[in-house]
Amino acid sequence: MKQYIVKRCGYSLLSLFLLSLTIFFFVRVTGDPATLLAEPGASEADIAKIHHQFGLDRPLVVQYALFMFKLAQGDLGQSFYYQTPVFELYFSRLPNSLLLAVVAMTFSLLVGIPSGILAAVRVGTFWDSAGKLFALLGLSLPSFFVGLLMILFFTVYLGWLPSSGSGTPLHLVMPAFALGWYFAAAHMRLTRSSMLEVLGSEYIKLARLKGLPQALVIGKHALKNALIPVLTLAGINLVLMINVAVVVETVFAWPGVGRLLYEGVSFRDFPVVQGVVILGGCMIVGVNLLVDIVYALIDPRIRLEA
Amino acid sequence: MSNSTLSSVSSESRRPFALVANRPLLELRNLSTHYVSAQGTRVVRAVDDVTLSIDPGKTLGIVGESGSGKSTLALTILRVLPPAARIVSGQMLFEGEDLVRKSDAEMRQIRGKRIAMILQDPMASLNPLFTVGDQIAEMMRVHEGTARATAWRRAIDLLKSVRIASPHTRVTQHPHEMSGGMRQRIVGAIGISCEPRLLIADEPTTSLDLTIQAQYLNLLRDLQREHGLGLIFITHNLGIVAKMCDQLAVMYAGRVVESGPVSRIFNAPAHPYTAALLNSIPRMGANRQRLTAIDGQPPNLASLPGGCAFAPRCPQAFDRCRMEAPPSIALGDGQTARCWLAPAMAGTATRTGVQ
Repeated sequence: MKQYIVKRCGYSLLSLFLLSLTIFFFVRVTGDPATLLAEPGASEADIAKIHHQFGLDRPLVVQYALFMFKLAQGDLGQSFYYQTPVFELYFSRLPNSLLLAVVAMTFSLLVGIPSGILAAVRVGTFWDSAGKLFALLGLSLPSFFVGLLMILFFTVYLGWLPSSGSGTPLHLVMPAFALGWYFAAAHMRLTRSSMLEVLGSEYIKLARLKGLPQALVIGKHALKNALIPVLTLAGINLVLMINVAVVVETVFAWPGVGRLLYEGVSFRDFPVVQGVVILGGCMIVGVNLLVDIVYALIDPRIRLEA
Repeated sequence: MSNSTLSSVSSESRRPFALVANRPLLELRNLSTHYVSAQGTRVVRAVDDVTLSIDPGKTLGIVGESGSGKSTLALTILRVLPPAARIVSGQMLFEGEDLVRKSDAEMRQIRGKRIAMILQDPMASLNPLFTVGDQIAEMMRVHEGTARATAWRRAIDLLKSVRIASPHTRVTQHPHEMSGGMRQRIVGAIGISCEPRLLIADEPTTSLDLTIQAQYLNLLRDLQREHGLGLIFITHNLGIVAKMCDQLAVMYAGRVVESGPVSRIFNAPAHPYTAALLNSIPRMGANRQRLTAIDGQPPNLASLPGGCAFAPRCPQAFDRCRMEAPPSIALGDGQTARCWLAPAMAGTATRTGVQ
């Protein structure tokens, strides 16, 4: 078991290292930040000064080594644009992302689980087909498209909801739906398949043979068993939601970490982009590592495979 | 032996046990359950024209190969069938009431309360996430409105009655903390918790090892005696039938090919399939002969041969068997068989002296 954990941790560090390497070099392909930071018509010398100030005049390898050296000390560097530490920027935005993710997750579970149950209990009927259609659309419609349609409908035509910004619960409605639909679809499909599997089990047959009312058979005996994989997925998805909401946060101008990443990319603010991607990567890799370890604790067969 | 050599097609008036004064506990009349494919093109006659009856406090054994319709018959009685299955015809008179005509809500009040069932796999038939106490008490709470604390106390008593040691601890445990034999006894405890009139046990001992099997069978018999249970025992083990049952029904391809008192059938099987089954049991002390297996495979229920379903495997089949399926022929003493040769076979047996 100890060996297994060491191995998994090693793989996790390796993937984070590859992530840092990738993001470090790819962000530098996007162009020169100095041309955006300098005033229009700035001279060659001014630009060179900016390069020198941010250490961009050194060889790439040296820059990367410095970056990794600081990272090892827990320093992600300073934003070119805001002139503040990336850590501070990130954690000032994180609560907003968390709020959006929690609301979107709640929505996705409130919609996904009941509709998944309904589709499984009424398998092959209208409700099952309706659920499948909902899931298909949720998984295939890009969230920016859904977001734009919603803005068009609820803000432009109906004037019910604010199109962008944050502050009131109303501001949350559209971004949470646009972000949550995809996950609602994923949760619905998993609930449905896991419920179908449970409904075919012997203990459900016995529950029926005991003469229990349908509500008790489904709501007690089947649901509790069927929800185990769904809640595991939801836990992983919550972390994903915090970190992948770039498009939704941009469409609705929601001040979360996704929006921070978008700003970082548009201003060629290298430390911000690197910082957001690496912190997000740490969270996702960390959750996966946790799941791997917990599963290995539960099921000894997994330890042998690794 | 009365005029058992006289054959006649069975009819309502010549039902087995017509002589018994009180009415049968459960009487199945011409019951058929079919599986119909989604397009309605393929029909599997899982239970076909079954007529059987069981008296209060008695045990009826149902034997047959896998896929002969035994389990479907049991699920038909409780009307807990898979969505594709339909009861297409017949009656199920339970204490005089036709279960086929009951509404779903009425059926739910009968399940567990008046007719209970024990499934064959104890490892899979208990819910892993709830304590055994909860799973036993639940049924009493639903059917009898028993208060939580009372139901819990009765659950402990039930564990005692199925001979589980330290029931006070066991009642709070989850199924995975117990052995297979214990779990099967818990399923048995659930079965008898509402004191049903009829208990259907679907191969309750197949997954238990032999010593536990014997214990469990004794337990079932004791419970039956104490509670006056009617017991339907589904098995493919003829040894268990000999030990446990009063009446026997042999199923083949969805039909009851032979039924009657166990002693009579064991001594004078009137259907070649029953005879073959009995010959395939190894016997202690018998001559060292090869065990006789039944040649061929059980038929595909979706495309049964015309005529008698057993004809392709029957050593005594003749032309008529392949053309025309034999009806259920009453042979006296409550024995019936679906075979053209049954009257002759039963006659031979009688002549060679069953007694």
